[in-house]
Amino acid sequence: MNVLRSRFTQAVLLLVLAFAIFKFGIRPPAPWSVLTLYMAIVFLATIVYVSSDSDSWREFLGPLRTTVMDPGKRPLRIALGIVIPVLLGYYAYTQAAAKPQAPPELRAVHPAPPASIQFRGKEITIAGVENPLRKDTASLGKHVAAGGEIYIKNCVYCHGDNLDGKGMFAYGFNPPPANFEDPGTIAMLQEAFLFWRIVKGGPGLPKESTPWNSVMPAWEDRLTEEQIWQVIMYLYAATNQQPRRWESSH
Amino acid sequence: MSARRRAGALLVLLGLAVLALTLPAAAQDAAKEPAYRAFPLLGSRLAVWAIAQLHLNFAAFILGVPIFAVIIEIIGWRTRDARYDWLSHEFVKLTFAAFSTTALLGALLLFLFAGYYPKFWTYMSSIFFPTYGIYAALFFAETFTVYLWYYGWDWLSGPRKGIHVALGVLSNLFGTAILLVANSWVTFMISPAGITESGALKGSVWAAINNYTWMPINIHRLIANIVFGGTIAAAYAAFRFLGATSDEERARYDWMGYIGNFVALSAFIVLPFAGYYLGREIYAFNQTMGITMMGGFMSWLWIIQAILIGVLFLGSNYYLWLGMERIPGSERYRRYVPMMIGILAFGFMVWATPRSMVITLDEARAMGGTHHPVLGFLGVMSAKNTAVNMMILTTFLSFVLYRRANRISTRSWAGAGMLIQWAALVAAAVVVIFYGVYGYFVESLVRIGFSVYQVMAVLGAIVVVMAIDIPMFRGARSTGAIRWGTIAPRSQYVLIILAVTFTWLMGLMGFARSGIRQHWHVYGVMVDKSVDAATPAIGYAANVITVVTIVFFALVMFIFWLGGLSDRGQAGAHGHAPAPLIAGGSDEQA
Repeated sequence: MNVLRSRFTQAVLLLVLAFAIFKFGIRPPAPWSVLTLYMAIVFLATIVYVSSDSDSWREFLGPLRTTVMDPGKRPLRIALGIVIPVLLGYYAYTQAAAKPQAPPELRAVHPAPPASIQFRGKEITIAGVENPLRKDTASLGKHVAAGGEIYIKNCVYCHGDNLDGKGMFAYGFNPPPANFEDPGTIAMLQEAFLFWRIVKGGPGLPKESTPWNSVMPAWEDRLTEEQIWQVIMYLYAATNQQPRRWESSH
Repeated sequence: MSARRRAGALLVLLGLAVLALTLPAAAQDAAKEPAYRAFPLLGSRLAVWAIAQLHLNFAAFILGVPIFAVIIEIIGWRTRDARYDWLSHEFVKLTFAAFSTTALLGALLLFLFAGYYPKFWTYMSSIFFPTYGIYAALFFAETFTVYLWYYGWDWLSGPRKGIHVALGVLSNLFGTAILLVANSWVTFMISPAGITESGALKGSVWAAINNYTWMPINIHRLIANIVFGGTIAAAYAAFRFLGATSDEERARYDWMGYIGNFVALSAFIVLPFAGYYLGREIYAFNQTMGITMMGGFMSWLWIIQAILIGVLFLGSNYYLWLGMERIPGSERYRRYVPMMIGILAFGFMVWATPRSMVITLDEARAMGGTHHPVLGFLGVMSAKNTAVNMMILTTFLSFVLYRRANRISTRSWAGAGMLIQWAALVAAAVVVIFYGVYGYFVESLVRIGFSVYQVMAVLGAIVVVMAIDIPMFRGARSTGAIRWGTIAPRSQYVLIILAVTFTWLMGLMGFARSGIRQHWHVYGVMVDKSVDAATPAIGYAANVITVVTIVFFALVMFIFWLGGLSDRGQAGAHGHAPAPLIAGGSDEQA
């Protein structure tokens, strides 16, 4: 199998294999932006691989040089001269053509909370604050149950029965509501962060990184401080996750 | 007097009264200094930003290069190898050429601050005035020491070489002290300390200097300066290599490029640890600031950083692998290259995987949310720490293989030694991966602590491997001399890419460090009320940094060209000894 021994063929096979793995081996499918990033890295690594010694580099360039220089390869050159611009043109078209979908945007992972917020005229510190209801160890179950009731009445429509962000309204929103089952959401956050997000909702998000496109309402006019802490307790209990603790600060 | 005249006189009187009332106020306003002035066309922020970044680039270069120049001089002095002395002199020559430009840019920056941000400058002076004198004194001391070090190279040679080396050490001490003073001003703006609630100095200025981020930035910048100096010096050597007209010249600059890259790589390996320490301290000072930096609107900058650092890792290793071609006997290590590329590429992918991906609505729905259920695991610190530690270990392995490429140990215990070395590397990799995976099963606070174990495992492996390697290859049998100057020319472009990438990276991360203050001149103390108070978007910042990087390299090329003019037609500039012959190489490696 001389063809397989060729460095050029190896490089092409490597790229095709990598694309196949990224495209079909990752489920659910990887977003196109990530796929492009991965392929760029694999391409770079492949070029490094074939050119990391002179013999290999010469061997890799051989077919390219022959295609460009060899008089016998003129039909191939003409074919490539047509196919490559057509492919590039098609790619440019797919990128530039109007689509029914909104274009993807860079989104921040999570917004930075303020040090303190105003809640119904009262200043509540966010930085370093713990859920006050957790001190009442005897009533933890009661608070979680109350939180569950609040969740069902108010939050379930977007965040879903299973707290997975697939509520009945969820399909109308972009970005979709937060999936609390994902270990990368509430488990990464202190309860005070959730408190801020629930109290101030989408309108209370910081100016930087706008537009946030969040439809989360500000619940400060509808829920009491205790109710918000209760629903937070429910979120962690129902998803079997632990809130992040505060680091000791200076 | 007619009614008309009376009305006219009344109007005049009224006008005079208004003038009499408003003139003193206008005069007062004129006497009052404005908080801001507008720089023509560019705007004040852009002007200060560009000059500050250029000044920092030059300052990093002139502070970083002497650190390894003096070490190389010491090596030459102790081993009596003239090549090292020549190389050290070459490096200091580069520094010397950039010295006055650094000072000029510093002065320009000062004028811009005083002229366009007078209120801010007045406030900073109210806190740091005592340090200005110290800074000026240190600058004079450093300048004269470096002058003496450079011009006295031949005068203080032979038996007086010790004095000359001492001058080099002294200039480094002064240089580092300058860095520490300037860092205190910058870090105070991020994490002010030692002041009252109104922002006035509470007691001694020391409390303001020794603020929460001062020492982490000192460490981070000191190491980064060495990397930066190494990459710029290597790029200079690459430039000279590509333009060389003789084998001898090519050999000399090949060797210089190798040393520059070696210095950069050695410091670069520990740089991520220093950066991590700085990040943690910013979090510890203020969580909001930390979140803004890592998870908030600065988070995409870290993806760009990951891509650039991935390029640096891949590029540095690639240069070493290409360099092995000029070492007879290195063929036996070539089989490890595909494995190392695999680890580096995989690490690169993990590091560059964003936590919050750029997705269409359809993609988000297919993923079941904004986070991918599989790839999302690669977006968190557990995965990224594991990836970077594995990349560091791989780069270290590349270096070890390069180091021993033309040497075969003659020690009786060489087999056992190599076994222990491999065991140390494998053990470190196991520890890194174990804590990386285990990190997903514990809470965040515990997971953060795991990074310390990972770092210790990698550093431990490096120490163990080198502790065995040095005695094992002392007096080793050579498989042939290094053929300096025969390296593939594409390797030199890699050196230039590394320098450009690192300069760009420095500018971008400098923007992150500065941008996390958002609309504050001094965080939580002095609000930025200028027209430029909004934090610029990342795309805009990237464009600014790109232009600054291009200007920096244009200036560097011009300065180096000027520096090179004096060498034309004479082998030894400034009366220094002519360049030693390096072509044909030596059995010893740097």
